[in-house]
Amino acid sequence: MKRFLRESAAIVEVELIKLMRDPTEIISRAVQPVLWLVVFGQVLAQVRGIQTGQLSYLEFITPGILAQSVLFSAIFYGIGIIWERDLGVVHKLLASPARRISLVFGKALAAGFRGLLQAAVIYLIAFVMNVSLKQDALSIVAVLFSVMLGSGIFATFSLVIACIVKTRERFMGIGQLLTMPMFFASNAIYPLEIMPGWLRIVAQVNPLTYLIDALRGLMINGGQSVHGYYVDFAVMFAVFGLLLFVAVRLYPTLAE
Amino acid sequence: MSNTATPHLQRIANMNTTKHDSFAINTSELTRQFGNLIAVDHVKLQVAYGEIFGLLGANGAGKSTVIKMLTTLLPPTSGTAEVGGFDVIKFQGAVRRSIGYVSQLLSADGALTGYENLRLSAKLYGLDKAEREQRIANALAFMGLEDSSHNLVRTYSGGMIRRLELAQAMLHRPAILFLDEPTIGLDPVARHLVWDRLLDLRRDYGMTVLITTHDMEEAEELCDRLAILHRGRVSVVGKPAELRAGLGDDASMDDVFAHYAGGSIQESGTFREVARTRRTAHRLG
Repeated sequence: MKRFLRESAAIVEVELIKLMRDPTEIISRAVQPVLWLVVFGQVLAQVRGIQTGQLSYLEFITPGILAQSVLFSAIFYGIGIIWERDLGVVHKLLASPARRISLVFGKALAAGFRGLLQAAVIYLIAFVMNVSLKQDALSIVAVLFSVMLGSGIFATFSLVIACIVKTRERFMGIGQLLTMPMFFASNAIYPLEIMPGWLRIVAQVNPLTYLIDALRGLMINGGQSVHGYYVDFAVMFAVFGLLLFVAVRLYPTLAE
Repeated sequence: MSNTATPHLQRIANMNTTKHDSFAINTSELTRQFGNLIAVDHVKLQVAYGEIFGLLGANGAGKSTVIKMLTTLLPPTSGTAEVGGFDVIKFQGAVRRSIGYVSQLLSADGALTGYENLRLSAKLYGLDKAEREQRIANALAFMGLEDSSHNLVRTYSGGMIRRLELAQAMLHRPAILFLDEPTIGLDPVARHLVWDRLLDLRRDYGMTVLITTHDMEEAEELCDRLAILHRGRVSVVGKPAELRAGLGDDASMDDVFAHYAGGSIQESGTFREVARTRRTAHRLG
């Protein structure tokens, strides 16, 4: 366990050093949630066509936009993995005695820390827009944990795709193909109840739905988890475990 | 290598200090197929401890595939291979602990400093903090990189990057170093500097080195023995002088290479291999 933590921490450390040294990505990724909350959220709030219970529409979509931000950031993590493969960094890592699970988990954890920066941006925007946020320490810690878990899930999913497609061109195509359907087939900007039956089924197997459901209950005053936190986190942990299992087996193929 | 509780770790710890009657690298009928393509075909190699052994061949001859199998990056289709006395399939962890690897690609991370690259390697190889800092300082001094250790690697020259990669590969004092075309794209001065460091590593730490190269001067100057691969098979094994003598009094290493490596202009590797070689050379400037 100590070895696993040491190796994972080493991967996280270099990823964070690189992120801090070149924060361009953080800044560019902050633009999209601003547009969704400030423009889309405010305009749709005027329409009042979507029933969101006791939450205002802006309050309803704030956790959804945070999850979207996490998804969009993490799902392209695989590009970096392919870049590392092309540079030979992956070969060096895999020729070391570090466990494959440590290398993969380290990458997922690093994506989790990136997700925290997304959360900070969303909290800031939401605060400025007077969204009624839960401000007790436990809720905030739970939100940050959820964001890290969600980031880990989508970054590991991205790593699995990278291991399969192996080229940046193919990856970009698949990444674009996945993000918007995953976002729209979720409860991010409208509740499950108003979806047509087939879309609701898709949304129920979409892990993004469970991340948003948990965030909605943990983040917003008056917000509730429809599925219940146990279900939300059980699904997310199960998906993360499954993806880690697959990624650990596929990651070494990048060096072949 | 403070933890010597298991027999594997004990054997690795003893590698550089005991007299060996076995081989550092020993392969038998080692074969790798990619679909219908036989990249490595029943290769038998025996490399003694402390030897600098050259693996030569045209692009696509199977050199990198052999190295990938010996470094556990690629499973063999059939045959056996032992590195440091450990089977590369059954004891992958033990093999990885006993080797250092410099890939044909430039594997140092340009977004990190030289020191940070070394620290990452040290952590992944399990060196504890006190030992880590000492080893990093020694490795930087050994490779002449102390003054630039806190500069980003993307600002390094090609020769400095290769020396940094060697420093990373030697940090944990491996018994065996695998170097896949380590001097490709380097100017003569930088190339000779890398050779000097390799010879120093053998002298100071008794490291065994398996190196792939296209450079006949490198093969002759650096290697104790050579194997030339042709279409995945070993064409010949021997000392450079013996191989030259075998072709006549005036034969050069270029003649040896042309004779045993096929010498046909069509056999210059796949698109991917040539692209990778050119990319590495380009990054080295």
